[in-house]
Amino acid sequence: MIPLLIFVGLLVAVIAWVVGIYNSLVGLRNRVQEAWAQVDVQLKRRFDLIPNLMETVKGYMNHERETLEAVTNARAAVSGAGDMDARLAAEGGLTSALGRLFAVSENYPDLKASTNFLSLQEELASTENKISFARQFYNECVMQMNNKVQMFPGNIIAGMFNFSEEKFFEVTEEEQREAPKVDFS
Amino acid sequence: MWEQIAANRRKSVFLVFLTAVLLLALGWALGEYFLGKGMGPAGMVIAAIVWLVMTLVSYFQGDSIMLSMAGAKQIEKTDLPILHNVVEEMTLAAGLPKIPAVYVIDDPSPNAFATGRTPEKAAVAVTSGLLRRLNRDELQGVIAHEIAHVRNLDIRLMLFAGVLVGAIVILAEVGLRGMWFGGGRSRSRRSGGGDSGGGLLAVVAIVLMILAPILARLIYLAISRKREYLADASAATFTRYPEGLASALEKISRAPQKLGGANSATAPMYIINPLQRAGKKAEAMAANSTSTHPPIDERVRILRSMSGQGFAAYDESYRHLHGGKGVLPGSALKEKGAAAEPASRADRSPTNSASQREIARQVDDFFYRSAGYRRIECDCGAVLKLPKDFRGSEAVCPRCGKVHAA
Repeated sequence: MIPLLIFVGLLVAVIAWVVGIYNSLVGLRNRVQEAWAQVDVQLKRRFDLIPNLMETVKGYMNHERETLEAVTNARAAVSGAGDMDARLAAEGGLTSALGRLFAVSENYPDLKASTNFLSLQEELASTENKISFARQFYNECVMQMNNKVQMFPGNIIAGMFNFSEEKFFEVTEEEQREAPKVDFS
Repeated sequence: MWEQIAANRRKSVFLVFLTAVLLLALGWALGEYFLGKGMGPAGMVIAAIVWLVMTLVSYFQGDSIMLSMAGAKQIEKTDLPILHNVVEEMTLAAGLPKIPAVYVIDDPSPNAFATGRTPEKAAVAVTSGLLRRLNRDELQGVIAHEIAHVRNLDIRLMLFAGVLVGAIVILAEVGLRGMWFGGGRSRSRRSGGGDSGGGLLAVVAIVLMILAPILARLIYLAISRKREYLADASAATFTRYPEGLASALEKISRAPQKLGGANSATAPMYIINPLQRAGKKAEAMAANSTSTHPPIDERVRILRSMSGQGFAAYDESYRHLHGGKGVLPGSALKEKGAAAEPASRADRSPTNSASQREIARQVDDFFYRSAGYRRIECDCGAVLKLPKDFRGSEAVCPRCGKVHAA
């Protein structure tokens, strides 16, 4: 009788342990998805703000067709991107195109005096910040998830129930390094 | 981040438990002494009722009491776009479930606080004096510090700790006063019968009543200071830019005004101690162990000598300046994540003084609007603001001289 009780007790303990790890994995995965949703909201917000911005700057920046087109093209690339990797690359391209646009806008005092442009600039700069803060939090969640999935004993449970590692949202090298071009000629 | 929050949750439970034990012991001692021998349990019941009422009232009413006491006004995004954006940014960085309500206090003294018993019910309030002094990066640092209090569940922890101190102070005060005026029933009985056990109890009760409030206050202050360090460290990891908070703290500490509407119960919620101005160095050193906040120049020094942006960098910087043990809880340091990534934004705006002017302008506009001023936008770009009781029929633009119909 006693050995049987011990056996049952052990069995219950092991099951409780597995359930605990399983639940924490589910919790982590949900957290990652939620964090990604926040990034996505901000990316969409930026996407929606751009037509407004183009409308505002069009009248002032006649000599910057190339810069304006680059933004329009980058935006089109985002909506045309097929899979996740392509989209993230396109979003990175949009970030740098916008950065260049705001850099050249410094040369247009009339534009800088327009309250409409100023509030749009604050909105877009803040959205840009929000993207990177949401990304920062997302990557932190991914790190937690991946640690759990890779480390013992989480890796056993993760293997049994098909939990996989999540992907970090990294900023591409090219976009990070590219400084706004200044032409002194 | 999460380990640290779980640890804080455990600490909250422990504090509530400790409050109960201390209060019950005190209640028992008072009961034995005043209500007569064997009446300890009755005293415990009274103490338990006091504890329950205080906890419930402050838990459910604490945030609204604090906001109304400070005279805070809730704002929408359109009122102060930059402030609201900064709060949204830090909400995302901290991964809070909801953007806290944003309040502004019309007070020239620069300060800020967070309140709300859960992250869902959180609110952040800043004074107009703060908004007028800081640029965007500095404002971000301050808001990050407040959001960190929300995220780390410090508000609830300090609330429970405050209830503990308050209850102990009240009970001890009642006890000592009762004894002073000779109201003890057991004493009159003792004078008749000569009860030696009662004498010993009386000594224990008196010692308890004198020591408990002092000890409770010191523990409370020590917890508060620890949470401030942690909030500073969290702010650095959220913004990845310790300099923002450091320079904001410096500006705040230089301001001479004292904040109205703050008291010792609400002090730990503010970004700097609202009751104590930066005075002489020696004074600040002595005040260290009796203040809710660490000295500002020390907080600035730690932030400035950080070699990275994570918790580990903050702790290392503290150890470097003080020697000995670090200041952050081990649960915070266990997490590697926060130290992983450097600043994702290279674009610390060179137009920071412009952002400062813009924030100040938005604050002015907001308060003019809420005071009922009328705006007339002149063609030359100037904005005329007419008070509610303006009687004239026309107003002249001071810049271009154009006459507007009022």
